[in-house]
Amino acid sequence: MGEVSRFWRESVHRYRLVAHKCGNCQRTYFPPRDVCPICHRESVGKMKEVEMSGKGVIESFTVVHEVPSPFVRQRPYILAIVKLDEGPSLTAQIVDADPGEVEIGKRVSAVFRKIAQQGSAGIIQYGYKFILD
Amino acid sequence: MTELSDVYIVGAGETKFGELWERSLRELAVEAGLRAVENAGVYSRDVQVLYGSNSLAGIINGQENIGALLSDFSGIAENNIPAIRIEASTASGGAAVRQAYLAVKSGEYDLVMVGGVEKMTDVFGTELIDLTSSVLDREWEAFFGATPAALAAISARKYMADFNVEKDALAMMSVNDHANASKNPDAQYKNKITLEQALNSVAVAEPLNMMDCSPVGDGAAAVLVASENYVKKHKLEGVKILSSADAQDYLALHSRKSLYTLDSAKVASRKALEGAKIKIDDVSFAEIHDSYSIYGLMELEDLGFAQKGKAKDLVYEDIKLNGRIPINPSGGLKAKGNPLGATGVGQFVEAYRQLKGKAGERQVKDSKYAMLHNMGGTGSMSVVHIVGGE
Repeated sequence: MGEVSRFWRESVHRYRLVAHKCGNCQRTYFPPRDVCPICHRESVGKMKEVEMSGKGVIESFTVVHEVPSPFVRQRPYILAIVKLDEGPSLTAQIVDADPGEVEIGKRVSAVFRKIAQQGSAGIIQYGYKFILD
Repeated sequence: MTELSDVYIVGAGETKFGELWERSLRELAVEAGLRAVENAGVYSRDVQVLYGSNSLAGIINGQENIGALLSDFSGIAENNIPAIRIEASTASGGAAVRQAYLAVKSGEYDLVMVGGVEKMTDVFGTELIDLTSSVLDREWEAFFGATPAALAAISARKYMADFNVEKDALAMMSVNDHANASKNPDAQYKNKITLEQALNSVAVAEPLNMMDCSPVGDGAAAVLVASENYVKKHKLEGVKILSSADAQDYLALHSRKSLYTLDSAKVASRKALEGAKIKIDDVSFAEIHDSYSIYGLMELEDLGFAQKGKAKDLVYEDIKLNGRIPINPSGGLKAKGNPLGATGVGQFVEAYRQLKGKAGERQVKDSKYAMLHNMGGTGSMSVVHIVGGE
């Protein structure tokens, strides 16, 4: 692993939950994408950045015990797929909660947190996690 | 223009699957390839192209250029026979056989070698979990702590909640795999397990535990794929590949329409059945990509064996070796093992043996058509083949 951060290009979208909205069909996509999978070439050049509210609902979740190396210190952690009020779903941790409190259908809000440390240089990565409302 | 050819498997071989500490990537691949050549009774120098299937050698073993490696050490670089790696994540094996199928069907080649290999035990523990998570969307899934097991668990929880399915039904997939693997000398695990053992193993990603998850392992598998002309000329008894289909879905689970519907499997299965001109009820047995027990249930449904949410009605009896639709007679990914690039090719080794009546203790009776399903990532790709028929 090198000393350069691999994950900086998407930091604006990750820090502020910036999605792309198709100017043709008005669907919103997160993570952002340059081509709308429904409108194809009709969407080219029409994908507009929109900031999302960070509010959503838990579609499903797990408690991860067998973790990848950057997350060893967080074991175990709660990982969920959250459906945002604007439409798209994303994958994120649920924090500041006991696993017993987390349920499918509960409302959550995004918070800005440290995600993990990368590589031997220990480059810190930030992004969104979610807390129960 | 050359005429389209029928396509046959004329030889198959594999290594044992498992933690093969003393064996290297290249040794495993060569062993499987030589077994396939010996089994077919052909000469390796007659092979016109080699397709090597591998998922993660670049990051696990620090070895890319897999086509050249396999060509070199199987001895056919001497004859300047072309070799190329096919990479489609954990569906690499099925994808590589499909490339061979297309190459032979088109009339371009008469004899193609497909070799799948993975050497996973060069890395272990949390580091290996990080590397295997590279089959996910690194920036938008794995970055946040997602792993293949964690996403399967997210699918499982939603599935169990929406269809009122108990954990027992998932565990039965693993019980069935282990029962069948106990009769497969190549399997990683030959121990039978009880439902209680399956339910009470350590948590990996809730609600999935160790017995819901395919193991880390090494292994290689190879098949020789030949044209109708080649089979006739050399008087070989092949098993026909009746149809081949693949389909894609969104890379990330969170971008799909449903957390428990594998559109890639649905589309590939439908196309493969149409191509073979058979119905799902005609399938004698299936090898399905149950890298996690929940995927076994989802696949039974999306491949067409059960309605959505109803796979629980099949897992207690119907999927057994002597049941209505035997699933994973080889032992499946849970118990035969899941050395990624070898897994999909290994399904063909099993089908070849079964359809030739040479599967020993685990022989499926009166089998005519096999369905083979190999899946990439969390369902981003499915490759489905129908084999047999004669």
